[in-house]
Amino acid sequence: MTPMEFFLDPNRCIGCQSCVAACSECDTHRGHSMIHLEYVDRPISVQTVPVVCMHCDSPTCAEVCPADAIKRTGDGVVQTARKPRCIACNNCVLACPFGVPKMKTEFSLMMKCDLCYDRTSVGLKPMCASVCPSGALYFGTREEIEHLRPRSEPVNTFQFGQQTITTKVHMMVPRDAGIHHVDVLSAMDEEPVGRGGTLDSVFDDM
Amino acid sequence: MATLPKEEDVLADAWGPHLNRMDGSRMDAGVEPDKIVPTHCCFCGQQCGINLKVKDNLVIGFEPRYDFPFNKGMLCPKGVKRYLQGGHEDRLTTALQRDPDSEKGFSPMGYDAAIARVASEIERIQSQYGPNAFGVLSGASLTTEKAYLMGKFARVCLKTKYIDYNGRLCMVSAGAANKKAFGIDRSANPWDDILNAEVVLIAGSNTAECSPITTNYVWQARENGGKLIVVDPRITPIARTADIFLPVKPGRDAALFNGILQLMIENDWIDHDFIAQNTVGFEAVAEHVAQWTPRRTAEVTGVAEKSIRAAAELWGTAKTSFLMHARGIEHHSHGVENCLSTINIVLASGRLGKPFCAYGTVVGQGNGQGGREHGQKCDQLPGWRDISNPAHREYVAGVWGVKPEELPEAGVDCYEMMRKIDAGEIKGLLLICFNPVISLPDNAFVKRALEKLEFFTVIDFFLSETAQYADVVLPGSLHEEDEGVVAQVEGRVIKINKAVDPPGDAKQDWRVIQDIAQALGRPHGFTFDSPRAIFDELRVASKGGVADYSGITYEKIDAQNGVFWPCPSDDHPGTPRLFEPGSWNPIAKGAGPFYFPDGKARFNVAAYRPPAEDVDEAYPIILTTGRVVSQFLSGTQTRRIGPLVDQYPEPRVEIHPKLAQKYGIADGDWTTVESRRGTITLRAQVVTTIRPDTVFIPYHWAGRKSANQLTIAAQDPVSKIPEYKVCAVRMRVAESPSRQVDEAVPLDDSTTRRLDGSSPGRPIP
Repeated sequence: MTPMEFFLDPNRCIGCQSCVAACSECDTHRGHSMIHLEYVDRPISVQTVPVVCMHCDSPTCAEVCPADAIKRTGDGVVQTARKPRCIACNNCVLACPFGVPKMKTEFSLMMKCDLCYDRTSVGLKPMCASVCPSGALYFGTREEIEHLRPRSEPVNTFQFGQQTITTKVHMMVPRDAGIHHVDVLSAMDEEPVGRGGTLDSVFDDM
Repeated sequence: MATLPKEEDVLADAWGPHLNRMDGSRMDAGVEPDKIVPTHCCFCGQQCGINLKVKDNLVIGFEPRYDFPFNKGMLCPKGVKRYLQGGHEDRLTTALQRDPDSEKGFSPMGYDAAIARVASEIERIQSQYGPNAFGVLSGASLTTEKAYLMGKFARVCLKTKYIDYNGRLCMVSAGAANKKAFGIDRSANPWDDILNAEVVLIAGSNTAECSPITTNYVWQARENGGKLIVVDPRITPIARTADIFLPVKPGRDAALFNGILQLMIENDWIDHDFIAQNTVGFEAVAEHVAQWTPRRTAEVTGVAEKSIRAAAELWGTAKTSFLMHARGIEHHSHGVENCLSTINIVLASGRLGKPFCAYGTVVGQGNGQGGREHGQKCDQLPGWRDISNPAHREYVAGVWGVKPEELPEAGVDCYEMMRKIDAGEIKGLLLICFNPVISLPDNAFVKRALEKLEFFTVIDFFLSETAQYADVVLPGSLHEEDEGVVAQVEGRVIKINKAVDPPGDAKQDWRVIQDIAQALGRPHGFTFDSPRAIFDELRVASKGGVADYSGITYEKIDAQNGVFWPCPSDDHPGTPRLFEPGSWNPIAKGAGPFYFPDGKARFNVAAYRPPAEDVDEAYPIILTTGRVVSQFLSGTQTRRIGPLVDQYPEPRVEIHPKLAQKYGIADGDWTTVESRRGTITLRAQVVTTIRPDTVFIPYHWAGRKSANQLTIAAQDPVSKIPEYKVCAVRMRVAESPSRQVDEAVPLDDSTTRRLDGSSPGRPIP
């Protein structure tokens, strides 16, 4: 059977927070949402970006952990810190290039998206990608995504300055852009994509 | 004596909204549910499939329902958290009576005593003032069985002509336009027809927030090469990346679409064969729109001429298309014309009745479609029959076992009923599934009217802001406590399944209605033992009508994942796509695909009229209202669900920076917005995503945060839909409220606390 993979397409995101709501229904961290969903720059755009754990092949969070509390499963899922080991030092929170881990001070524990391991390990889709009404978060096979998104292609290499990161989760980028990695630092300087200033220019007479 | 027994603040302290959050078995991942019930969401007209997890008669969570074809497991945040409406501290578990001497303003009463009191007041008022002195207001979030029963209850049991429903404020203008143009009022196509449309045109629909699952269909169409045109005064999430965005000035939609049609005709982007063979009335419309040159259209609509030209070309030259609209063009004193103007560009294109050639209205309420089909509208009988038509009266009277002359005549729309209450013509009122104190425009008038009732009874599961005016409140049922059918946005009839029993004395609404009929000594026709029994009668009552359900059964719905009406016989699979060439319907009888005797669709002249209250020197800004994704309608349910309140705790007034600067308003400033009818003070959200001549306020909140304090009760003359989308306001920076208020809205605190309408410090006295 073709394995199911996680595909992220922020361009589709409508900021509804369905993923945030559903994440807190996940059995491994009920009541706590691990998803990050932010406006890029609300005063000028409604664009939002959802961030799940990208499940890096060499997770920076685990590499900087002084207590060796962050483990990666055999199938590549980076897990929440092990409770007996985690010393709540916040190193992982500071180091993760994607800003994913959350320090839960009430438990003295770093918690993060574990790809709904209770679900995905038994063939179910993660909560967030199940409910997402815009397809910004999608969980399925490579064949399905290629069929559904002919104009996009998945990329899983990210450049943060000198650091190159490859991930289990894929980001959808426009196929005609011809890019093979996402340069995250450059992207951070970009204006929101889509309409923002339109209404300024239409009504210059105001 | 329908006045508030206590101050609004005291009632809110006692009855909510309080916030429910995950705790107990809902928090415990180790709990095995007793059962998982496949059903649908209780909120909007998309009616997404959802599986509810039940433990010890409590819905403890959900599981995505991947096998339901419309949403395939997808849900918006309201659907995800809807289970928190159950097991709620605000839930009514007994009947209540108004009791100003009690601490909470209401005291519990026995269910039977409450029913007896309601019956005796109905009897008293009707014998003293006549049958029409007692009215009924109902709602389109009820199942179709209940909606049917409400219409029958008013006409047969109460013998009153005064019944109407809250669909009146939802999309009746679209319904009236559909009837005028097509002879039938239903989205013409299944949503799968979006997927390969070359052009998707969305007019006045904040799709991403109000019908979120439709977003995926639209994005899929774009992946497949389709282009997107969005008409809206705000850059909503669906508009952000649109190929063409037409930022129409609120209230000018008919002008815009007339202008587009003018360009289609001028450039010969019209389907002459379709127009000749399938329509009548094109010439008059063509003549009328000739005046809508691009320049004039641009002047009136505030949309750039080049954008209008680009949209007309994209729309005019497409081979396939899907046009959908929602409240943005419907909530107007000329809502019918707005909708007709969009239908005219669809008919002129000839793109209807075929795959990916489509038109649809995006219904708002859970049963916004089914709730308007079977007789709870003031002029309607089941099966979309007309209460003024003698043949229709005779048929339905036969089904109901009464004489046709015993059926009342047509009544009036729900706002006119409020005026009749105010004028003393209607003395008593039974209300269910409706929160007019929040949802009707100019709600100060609505409150004054309700106060004049001699007797007011409400069936509800929470003590809504409207129920707080009642003399007797009867505890009804939540969505998950009953079964029945609803028709969702595509016209697909689906089945709501019961997951839990109502708590305490609470009863399924149809039982409450039948108990009242029994207590009145008028049980004839109100002895159903189940929703299925009601549905079986509805099937007969609708048979032969336009909305023919006679071939639909609960079993067929299960087997097919829903049945699209019309479905006129047992072996009929239902009708996903209307107006297919060669299709049969009971009006045209084979003469053509449209629901008129000649089988042809009607072009209708859609003359532009300005809004009822345009801006002037005293009130120079346009106010438009709408929804946010985390709240639903009047918020009776969603303002009680903690995580949804966290997401958008309080209404804000959206203002463009140019306008904000003019008034010295900065982002986050308390801002007073004032119309001729009322005043509201909210924080400003300064954003470039709205027209600089318009401000926006979402309407889900109560009391001093209610946007409908400001809106105007102007109504469309045909459909009677109110003009929620345009009125004139002025604006000023408000004085700083106390620090207490500033801190009253935490975003991430997980403790239970009351936020809405009743927070410890209120913004402005």
